[in-house]
Order: sequence, then C-alpha cells, then structure tokens
Amino acid sequence: MSKNLRVKTSKFIDETYKVSFKFNGTTYYGYKGDTLASALLANDIHLVGRSFKYHRPRGIMTAGSEEPNAIVQLHNNTSRTEPNVRATEIEIYEGLEASSQNCWPSVNFDIGGINNFLSPILPAGFYYKTFMWPANFWEKYEYFIRKSAGLGKSPTETDPDIYEHKYIHCDVLIIGAGISGIMAARTAAKNGFKTLLVDEKSYLGGSTIYQNSEQFKINNQISNSWLEKEINEIKKFENLEIKTRTSVAAFHGYNFLLARENLTDHLPLDQRINKTRQRLLKIRAKKVITATGALERPLIFDNNDRPGILLSSAIEKYANLFGVACGEKNVLFTNNDSAYETAISLYQKGINIEAIIDNREEIDSKLIKETEKNNIKIYKGFTVVNTFGYKRINKISIMQLSKDGQKVVGSKISIACDCLGISGGWTPAVHLFTQSGGKLKFRDEDQVFIPDIYPSDQISIGSCNGDFTLDEIISSIPNKLKEFLNIKKTDYENLEIYSSFNKSKRNIWLLPSDKVIGKTKPFVDYQNDATAKDIKLALREGFRSIEHVKRYTTTGMGTDQGKLGNMHALGIISETAGSKMGELGTTTFRPPYTPLTFGTIVGRNVGEFFDIFRKTPVHDWHVKNKAEFENVGQWKRAWYYPKDGENMHEAVQRESKAARDSAGILDASTLGKIDIQGTDASEFLNRVYTNAWSKLAIGKCRYGLMLNEDGMVYDDGVTTRLDENHYIMTTTTGGAATVLGKLEDYLQTEWPELDVYLTSVTDHYATISVCGPSSKKIVSQVIPELDFSDESFPHMSFKNAKIDKIKCRVMRISFTGEHSYEINVQANYGKSVWEKCMEAGKEFNITPYGTETMHLLRAEKGFIIVGQDTDATMTPIDLQMDWIVSKKKYDFIGKRSLYRSDTIKDDRKQLVGLLTENPDEVLEEGAQIVADIKKSPVEMLGHVTSSYYSPNLKKSIALGVVRGGKNMMGQKLIIPMENKQINVTVADPVFLDKENKRLNA
Amino acid sequence: MFVINCPFCGEREQSEFKAGGEAHIIRPKQPTELSDDQWAEYLFMRKNIKGIQFERWVHTHGCRKWFNVVRDTSSDKIKAVYKMGEKPPSE
Amino acid sequence: MRNKYSIFSLVKNAFSYHENWEKAWKDPEPKKEYDAIIIGGGGHGLATAYYLAKKHDMKNIAVVEKGWIGGGNTGRNTTIIRSNYLWDASAGLYDHALKIWEGLSQELNYNVMFSQRGVMNLAHNLQDVRDLKRRTHANRLNGIDAVYLNTDQIKKFCPIINTSPNIRYPVLGGTLQRRAGTARHDAVAWGYARGADEMGVDILQNCEVKGIKRNGDSVEGIETTKGFIKTKKIGVVAAGHSSVIANMAGLRLPLESKPLQALVSEPVKPIIDTVVMSNAVHAYVSQSDKGELVIGAGTDDYVSYSQKGSHDIVEGTLNAILELYPIFSRMRMLRQWGGIVDICPDASPIISKTSIKGLYFNCGWGTGGFKATPGSGDLFAHTIANDEPHKLNAAFNINRFISGDLVDEHGAAAVAH
Repeated sequence: MSKNLRVKTSKFIDETYKVSFKFNGTTYYGYKGDTLASALLANDIHLVGRSFKYHRPRGIMTAGSEEPNAIVQLHNNTSRTEPNVRATEIEIYEGLEASSQNCWPSVNFDIGGINNFLSPILPAGFYYKTFMWPANFWEKYEYFIRKSAGLGKSPTETDPDIYEHKYIHCDVLIIGAGISGIMAARTAAKNGFKTLLVDEKSYLGGSTIYQNSEQFKINNQISNSWLEKEINEIKKFENLEIKTRTSVAAFHGYNFLLARENLTDHLPLDQRINKTRQRLLKIRAKKVITATGALERPLIFDNNDRPGILLSSAIEKYANLFGVACGEKNVLFTNNDSAYETAISLYQKGINIEAIIDNREEIDSKLIKETEKNNIKIYKGFTVVNTFGYKRINKISIMQLSKDGQKVVGSKISIACDCLGISGGWTPAVHLFTQSGGKLKFRDEDQVFIPDIYPSDQISIGSCNGDFTLDEIISSIPNKLKEFLNIKKTDYENLEIYSSFNKSKRNIWLLPSDKVIGKTKPFVDYQNDATAKDIKLALREGFRSIEHVKRYTTTGMGTDQGKLGNMHALGIISETAGSKMGELGTTTFRPPYTPLTFGTIVGRNVGEFFDIFRKTPVHDWHVKNKAEFENVGQWKRAWYYPKDGENMHEAVQRESKAARDSAGILDASTLGKIDIQGTDASEFLNRVYTNAWSKLAIGKCRYGLMLNEDGMVYDDGVTTRLDENHYIMTTTTGGAATVLGKLEDYLQTEWPELDVYLTSVTDHYATISVCGPSSKKIVSQVIPELDFSDESFPHMSFKNAKIDKIKCRVMRISFTGEHSYEINVQANYGKSVWEKCMEAGKEFNITPYGTETMHLLRAEKGFIIVGQDTDATMTPIDLQMDWIVSKKKYDFIGKRSLYRSDTIKDDRKQLVGLLTENPDEVLEEGAQIVADIKKSPVEMLGHVTSSYYSPNLKKSIALGVVRGGKNMMGQKLIIPMENKQINVTVADPVFLDKENKRLNA
Repeated sequence: MFVINCPFCGEREQSEFKAGGEAHIIRPKQPTELSDDQWAEYLFMRKNIKGIQFERWVHTHGCRKWFNVVRDTSSDKIKAVYKMGEKPPSE
Repeated sequence: MRNKYSIFSLVKNAFSYHENWEKAWKDPEPKKEYDAIIIGGGGHGLATAYYLAKKHDMKNIAVVEKGWIGGGNTGRNTTIIRSNYLWDASAGLYDHALKIWEGLSQELNYNVMFSQRGVMNLAHNLQDVRDLKRRTHANRLNGIDAVYLNTDQIKKFCPIINTSPNIRYPVLGGTLQRRAGTARHDAVAWGYARGADEMGVDILQNCEVKGIKRNGDSVEGIETTKGFIKTKKIGVVAAGHSSVIANMAGLRLPLESKPLQALVSEPVKPIIDTVVMSNAVHAYVSQSDKGELVIGAGTDDYVSYSQKGSHDIVEGTLNAILELYPIFSRMRMLRQWGGIVDICPDASPIISKTSIKGLYFNCGWGTGGFKATPGSGDLFAHTIANDEPHKLNAAFNINRFISGDLVDEHGAAAVAH
C-alpha cells in the first residue's frame, strides 16, 4: 500500500473530483487538476522510467515540459497509444493508463540495467571504436543495439483522432502567460491591439500564481493575489484572445509562428470522440512579445540522477500548486536563493526539511534569514559529493568546498533523505528567440545568455530576458512595452514591490568531488546518459566545437533537447578548454520547442484530403460504366472499361479493335487548353513552337512541339486557329499548368512587347473524341446541321457548331490515326453530349475506350507521348521528327540548344519501332536494348518506351530509343531480361497506315 | 515563410508565389550568333549570390504577374520589390 | 600507429578511466605552403584529402574549414546510401562509392555504421512503374543489385507501408536495392579526418577562405582568416557555398543553392527496418539506430544560404508520410533543420578541372551527395593528383553544360535523393 503524500488542499486541485488511473498495471487515484507526475508523487511513486543508455532508474525531475526522465507510454497496445509522453505535462483523466518505457521485463527489474555495470567500457562514442570485427557483422550488432535503444513504442494502428489547422493574424502575440505575459497582454489589449495570449499550461499566471508568500508582494498584496486580479481584468477584453494548453512550437522568420493547441488530451477517452484532438495554429503576428520565463538549472555532481532528485522549483510547484510533498525527508541543495523560496513554501505546508546545502559561504538575504528562523539547518559552503539508493535516493554525502570552489575539503557528512531538491540558478528560455534568428549575448555576472539582437519586430520580457526577480520584472516591463507598442503609458508605473530574493549565486558548472572524475557519474544530459566525463573525453579526443561535443556525447539530443543540461555542457567545455563562455557560442536551438505530433502538422490533409482529385465532366458516366481509373497528375482518367469479368488486356484488345473497326469514344477533357488571343498571337506561337504558324489558315489545326530552352522536348499538342488573332492550344494532361506558367513567363519577362493574352480554359470545356470509320456518321447525327463532307471539313480543320442550342467547337484531328472528331463543349454539357454520341453510335458499336487503348492506338500509328517516349533528354531530331523543326525560323525556344556539339551528334538515342521475333511476345516497357550481350560490361543502347500487343496488326509492337537507331533500320537487337533474351528488329515507328489512308478516309 | 509584397496585390504569404531564379538574365536576341560557351552562360551559369540577390518571383496563386525581388539570401530578408521592366533599386 | 580502436582498447582504457585516449585529429596552425589545399571540411573534402595522402602520396596538404568539420550537409543529411542510378555514368560513380562503403569501417578503423538494410523506391503511377522498371533493367545490366517488387512483395518487405489500393496514390510497385542502406554521418567525417590526420594532413578548422589568389590562369594560394597560404592546387568541395568560392576565383558555375530540410521524430523501438523512398508523394523515411524516424523533406525553389526552409515543405512531407504510414500520426517531430544544397541543372554532380589551372571543383551534389562520399573523395583525389579525371568521373566534367552532354538524373531517374 503506497503512502498518501497529499499535504494540503490547493485551489488548483479539485478534491471533490477523484480520478482513477493506472500506472504499470496498478490502479491509483488522483484529483482533477493533477498531472500524471503530481498524482504519482502523491502516491509516493518516484521511479517512472529507465534511462536511454545505461538503463538507470529514473524519476520525476521537473514539473514542466523540460522533463528529461519521467516519460511514459500511454495506452499501450491501443490505437491511442503514444510513446515518450512527459508525465509532468499530461493531465490525468479517468481511465488514463500509463506504463514505463525502455525497460524489460519491468521498470523495477530491468535486464538492460546491466549496461550500468558495463558503463566503464561504454564511454561517449564507444560505438565508433568497436563493433567492427568481424567485418560485415555490423548488421548483427546493430540488431541488438537498435533493440536496446529507442524509448517508447511506435503506434501500430491508425490514429482515430482528428487534427486541424487554423490561421491567425494578430497585431500582438504574447507567448507565455506568466506575470510578464499577463502585464503585456493587459497593456496591449487596453491600447486596442488585436492580441493573442498563449500558454502551454492549463492555467494562467505562470509560477507567480502559486507564489503564496509574504516574501513577495506587489502594492502590499501577496504576489499571487495581485496577479489573480490582473488575470480577471484581462479576461474582459474583447480584442484579447487567450489560449491555454497552447504551446508555441516554432518561431520562424517574418513573425510566422506555429503553435499547438491541445484540445482533448486532458479529457476522458469517451469524451474525445469526434472532437478535434489538436489544432495547429499558424500565426502571423505584426509584433511578438516573448515571455516564456526561465528554466531552473540542475547541479552537476556524482549520481545526480536518482529517483527522488528533483529541481527545487519543481518541489515548490508540487507543494504549492498540487498540494503534494515529494518526500518526507527533504534536503535542498543550491547555489542561489531559489531553494529558500522552496524551503519556506514547504515549511508553511508542514513538510519536513532536513537540511539545505548551499555552496555559497556568505549569504545573508532576507529570505535566508527567514528560513533560518524556522530552524532549518543550512550547510554553507558545502557541496553534495554523492548520493545513494538505487531506485530511490536514501542518503547523500556532503563535503565542504575549498575557497576557490575547485575541490572539496574536510570530511564527509552523510544526511539521510528521500528527496533532494537541486537549484543551479536560472536559464532564460531563449529557445524561441534564437529560432527566430535572434542573436544572444552572454551575461558574465550570473552566467546566462540573454537576447541581444532582434531579427524582427519582437521583444523578450521578464525572466526569458534575464530579469529574474519580481522587482526587476515589474520595473523593466512598463518602459519596454511603451517603446515596443509605441504607447504613452501603462498601468504598471510606480508599483510598490517587496521581494526578499537576493541575486547572489555561486556558479560552479561541475561541482568537485572527492573521487577522480573517471569514477563518478555526474549527469549533464539525463535522458541520454551523457556525463561530465563524457564531455571531457570528447575534448580530450580533439572534439572542440560545441556541436562536435554535442554530437559525440549526444548531449542535448534527447526528447527534452537539452533544456536542462545544455548550459552545463557549455560551461564544462569552456572551463576544460580554457575558453570564454560568450565566445564559445551556443548550439542551435532547432524547432520545435517541444515535440510536435505529426498528425497536428498534417491536420486534415490525410486520407481523402491528401490531395484533391480532378474529375472530368463525364466522370460520373465512367464510374457508372465500371471504368477502372488511372491517376494522371491530379486527374482521374478512365483507364479501361472492363466488361463481364474482362481483365485489362482483354478489355483493351476489345476497345482498340472496335475503335479501328467502327467507332470508339474517348473522354479527352483532361488535355490542357490555353486560349491565346492578341494581334501577336501568331508570332508568339512561332516563338514557342518549333514549327511555323504564320501561314496557318483560320479554321485550321496544326500539331506543335514545344522545347525547353535546353532543346529537349517539353510538350506537344494541336493548336487551332479560331480567328485571325485567336488560337486555342492543347497541351498534355500533365503539362497543362507548367506550360501555361512557362508561356506567361516568356510573355511577361522576355517579350512584353507582344500583344498576346493567355487564359487557361482546361476546366471550361469537355472534350469528346469520336474516332473510327463510323465516326463521321455518328457526329453527323449529333450535329445534323454541320457539313461533315471531306471537302468542307478535311483532316486538321475546325468548325463552330451548335448541338441543340449549345455552342461547340468541332475539330477534325486524330491521335489514333483514325478518321476522328473532337467535340469541345462547355463543361457542364459534357456528359449530355457524351451520352448523345453514345446514343447515336449505338448502331455502330461505339465503344468507350480509356487511356490504355488510346496509348495502344497511337503507338500503332507511331505517335509519341511526351513523358513516356521522351524523358527530358530527347530532341525533336532524336524523335526523328526533323520535319517539325523549322529551318527558316530565326529563333524559337530551344533552337540554339539543338546545335550544340553534343546535340548535333549522329549517334544520339533515337526513337525507333521494335518488332519482336516472336510476334506474340510483348516487350516490357522499360526493358533495356543491347546489340552484343557478350560484351562486358554490356553496352546498353537504349530502352523500350512503349509496348503493346496490337489486335489490329495481330502482333506485338513497341517503340524504343536506341543509340544511333535512325541508321539501324532492319538490324537485329536483343532485349536481355532476367531469365531470357528477346530478339527484336529495328523498324519504322509507324506500324499502321503510313500513307494516312485511314485518317483521310 | 516570407511575406512578399506583390507590386500588384500587396503583402501576401510566400505560399502564393513561386520563385523564378536570378533576375536580369536577358535572353540573347540572336542566339544563333552565340558560341556554345556563350549560350551555356545564358542557359546554365548563375551568380548564385550569398547576400543581396536580384531575383524573379511570380504571384502564381494571385495575379499571376512576374516581378522582381531584392533579397538577402543569407538572411532571407526582402529589401525591395519592383515590377518587370522597372529599374532595379540601387543598393 | 596511434591508438587503434577496438573492444580491447576500450577495455584497456577503461582501467585508466579513458584518460589516455589521443586526439582523433590535431589542431595545427597553418603552414606557409601546401602541395594541395582542399577547401571544405565535410565528408567529401576530408575523403579527398585522405585519398590524396593514401593513394597519391601527397602528404603535405591541408583541409581548410570555415566552421567545424562535418558541420555542413555531412552532418545534416538523412544518410541514405544507394547506387541504383539510371545512367551508366551515375551507376559507375555511385557503385564505386558503395563498394568502398562496404569496407570503410575497417579501412578507417572507425565504425561508420554502414547498415545495408536495403533501400526501396516506390512507384505511384504508371509512368513511375515504367521508370523504375527501366532503371532496374539498367541496374541489372550494370551489375548493380536491384530488383523490381510488386505491391505484395513491398508489403512483405516493409509491412507498415499502407499498400491499400484505395489511397490517393496507391503503391503500384517499387524497387529494392539490398546492398543499399544508411551510415552514421558524423562518423564518416570524423573517420576520414582521423585517417587523414594520421598520414600528416593538416585539418584547419575555423579557417575561412576569403580569397583565391591567381596568377594569370593559375592559382597561387588562398587568403584565409588565418592568413595567406600558398599552394598550386586547390580542390573546392564547399557544397552549398561552391558558388561563393567560385566567385572569388572569377568563375561562374551552373549551380543554385537551395534550402533542403529534414526532421527526426522522438526515438522509439525498431518499427521500420529498411529505407523507403517515394518520389511521387515526396516522402522518405528510415529509422536511426537510436530509434528516431529520419525523414527527408524537399527543397524550396529559391536560392538561400540561411539554412532555413519554409514550413510548407515540412508539412507537405509529413502529409505524404502519413499517407504512406498512417500509424505514425501520433509520433512526434523532435527536431527539424535545414541545409544548403547546390543543385546542377541535370541533378548530377561536377567533379572536374576548371579553366583555371590548379583549380578543381567537386560540387553540385544536390540532395544526394552523402552516399557518394568515399567515391567522390577517391575520384576527386585522382583528378587533383593527375590533373585529369578518372574514367569514372570523366562524364561529370564542367564542360558538359557547354556541349549539352548532360547526365540527366532528375528527368529520368525516379528519385533524385
């Protein structure tokens, strides 16, 4: 049966609301308002986890987000499981289940604890020096290393929770709702600024709100009651939004910040359903006030990591805020006045204090005198040299410090205890400031880094700016706010402050020991088990930069990102290397400030919202008719339409045969369409396409090939001259947006003198292509008043028409080699026109076909697909399309590149047709092509780009690119597969109807 | 993420824009007169400056206009914006 | 030979509380003159120095580094190593590197933790499938171990991938190179530094190059924050800062330096045992030995030396991660950072002489240079020592941008990383 260490009611804890929770399988009780850590401490549980490397027992060290040790797995083996949750942050709720991590079989008996005994041969970086023999054995070692590393366990089920994003624009963002943040918020709000105040905690007021002591007064009121009134005041402002449980994760340039608002993690599981778990706030603030406070420093001495050792300020917080004693025999160890504040708080609550160890010799602040009044024994000028107790501290040894603080003298004194509070002074929380690009300066007097140069419109106030005491904070803030917000006055001028805190501090980064350092374990990074001797070893081995030391020892690389120990690491480096702290610099504080859930960053962009999908106007018809779809860019395109259990091959064979025998219909709406108008439209086309456009007659269509400036084929499509100064260009489906972007770029930046206007009309038109020998009959029925005779409407021409009263454009163009028409109609009529064509085509067995059949049909005809038969290394000459490259035009995009020494070579890869020896054997697209398989290394001449079985030609056909292929017509080549070689013959890429009889039929 | 002051639309989030590389590289008027070396200079060689760079951006999800930006590439601070064809501000 | 690293030396040193380890590398003052100077103390630069000393008997050389060695892209990348490149030239280059990786820990007596856990590249559309098959066939004929996997085989090799056909961009297939994997980035820099130092190479940290002194068409030395240093050969391996050094010599390069971001999660027990890369939905992920998920994001489209990128890129990457691994939704990002990557128009590197005698450049590695470190160092050392390229880096000359004979890996290979 565990003890109850709840000492006194606190108004932050609702004692009428009992909450049960499980830790490592055992049920405990706490109260609403508790964190998991405070509830465990109330049950006298300190041992929470095991450390990363040595698997040493570890307890609760802090009371906030800087916690390195007390991290747990929540709801193991469920969909809501979460690793590495800080017990000091999670608020308890009915049904919470937490378990210790990184230990097996249990936190009480952990096999991995053997590492602690092997620690002499596991110094920093030991893994760089071993595990190298036998060679190739690394993966076997690695298997065990990986198993023993890691902390918690990844979830293995899909997350049931939802997350969202919210954009916030405000005049003033205030980060941190401690006393400084509250004062700033009231001032900003009162002066009419749209203000947002955020704090990571569930309550407002920071540490002052539980500073209930006669030693700290504002205008003669105890500081916490003064602040409470201020908080009540700020809640009245309509232009001030307050968000608690909201942690700023990242402070980027241009005052762009990311914050995580936690909405449900404190609720019982059954109350979370269908609620947003966390919200990512994307904040753009005109001004930012950082009031993130300071973090208490630990002290670095031998075995400073045992369960029962906490920061002194954490002990105070557990007592004052949660009404929990961390121990029954408490000892405090300090180098400054903070521990006395804790001592007085504990004393007031009747919690026993055995002693205070202070490394300072001469101290006489009011706070200390007050403590001494209470008969608490103070050892002045002493240091702790060791601690005892495996799973919970039970004793410490202390010794007197030499005058210079470099060594210990005299004899050891033992003090029994079950809790040790340590205080090494305070480190301003400058993480967000430096993330934003701010530059720090080092203040020698108390060995802290404080903000110096601000990179954007922002300030830091309060203890994150190095103003630690109540009087410093309150006296500095009014002027800072006046200047920053450009206002005349604040409500905080001439406040009367009483603070008995004295700033004196004796900073010793690594406290001396009676043992040689090699025999000690003074932890600097608790989670990663990096000790002061590891840092010294790194320096000894030549790692001099702070970043080197950090990486070699892994100091500051844990889930707490070194919030506690980074300063000590720097201090020990500078002392050992004999360099000055300020010159050494700091390591970079990288975002996020506290770890940020992936789901929160992603928000709603998961599942069906991962990416939009674009549907053609005929999409529903395709779905209804059981089409299979292919992703082409963001488009869903009908791929093929299987009938009665057909597989893709069977469907495609049927579709392509029908298209050539009678009629096929294709939804080509996804092709990019750019409307081009202006008096210089023809000249513009001349410059962007390789061929000439000036002489294209109105009502005629022409195929164009567009190059990149590097001469490589970029896009292709048919452009129609609708009028003197009006063209409609089609692009590939995937290229539509980039082609438009590129054309606009040239138009605006290179050729602003051209009178040309471009408009994307891709989504405005449905494009229906009807092809095959019966196509003319079908479209004649759909548009009876139009003259479809070959004389009036030859191949590559266009006519305006009407279907009923709906205007449409009809082009006679073909991508299949068949006689074919393309009807372009306003998108919302697309489906009905499609259905009309289907109806009219019924008697001709009109067959809808998808992209796969389209690819097959065009391959029979030897038409290329940009992106499939080309790969950004093919020129039009390589494609054997010399005919489309105008020799007469002075210039066009990419022209000059066609005449570079490499691009004019004769033996470049060129597009050819390929026929297999066995006409039934279909080549694999992507297969390589060689001439001599025996050569070693084998020389690859090219590859198969497109390959199909043609039902119309009754044989396998393929397109490919082959080095020098242009001059290899009829030559035999080899396709070497894993298990066989396929013989092919180089052929003309046009397999069907070279004379264009079908086109013009 | 930057806030870019589009000369046509005003201040907008960077996500509305696309960068277009170094500015004031003029496409040669007579490419065919150039040697391979000279053409490669235009095509590929870039100053890639660390410091004040003159560069092109386009307001893709806005007015779709191209314009120029003066930006310090070492701090990402934008110093000025100006329209295509306008004279660059002197530093 | 100084302290040899082994389990025995660890045990031996344990008795003296590890007080007697020697420096892994010295911290010398610059000499007045060197036979060659390497600018840039990243993995590639240190490897270059190592091979110059080891294979070309050039011992009087220095590596100058503006900050601390391995502090640039070497220490910021996601450590993927593979050689399954499409073009012959690339395959030759990267497989040369991969072969050195396979014995590197032993060669350097420094555990670089080369873990051949395999790299998979996923296909999400039909063109991806064609491209990956094309690459696999080319790899096989080039003697590179690569196989094409169908969706079921992918699921079997890496069960946590969401291979449902109902996701927005379903996994249609992919490739696997089993010899590929990851290594410990810092160890590569430190191992080469220790090896080079041992052979007499001076590693000059906190030494920033301020100018390159030329005499007509030859180099004469470098101006640094530690004074002028004379030399006849300069090898520049400055990654994102290549153009800055080139400008000092009056050269322009076909490079743009852009932000590239990466992130890690909090550490967890082993959950993914291979490296998975997806280009179409842009996500790649592996798990470090420490247990962190190591996730690479993409580049921004603007030039920047700020080592910061935009949040949209990180968000887009995690969108893709959760699309492919929905189980990671409750994992948390621990740290994100940015590097500066120098990108060539054809996404292939330059390992080349220049028009200035004695000035050599090794740059343009873009987002994927780490994997090439040993090979790049070896071939660059050869190029500097012999004043002509090795046949394996001949194609990566700077003149290809003039002739047009590019090694276009981003147009053709499915993934650029």
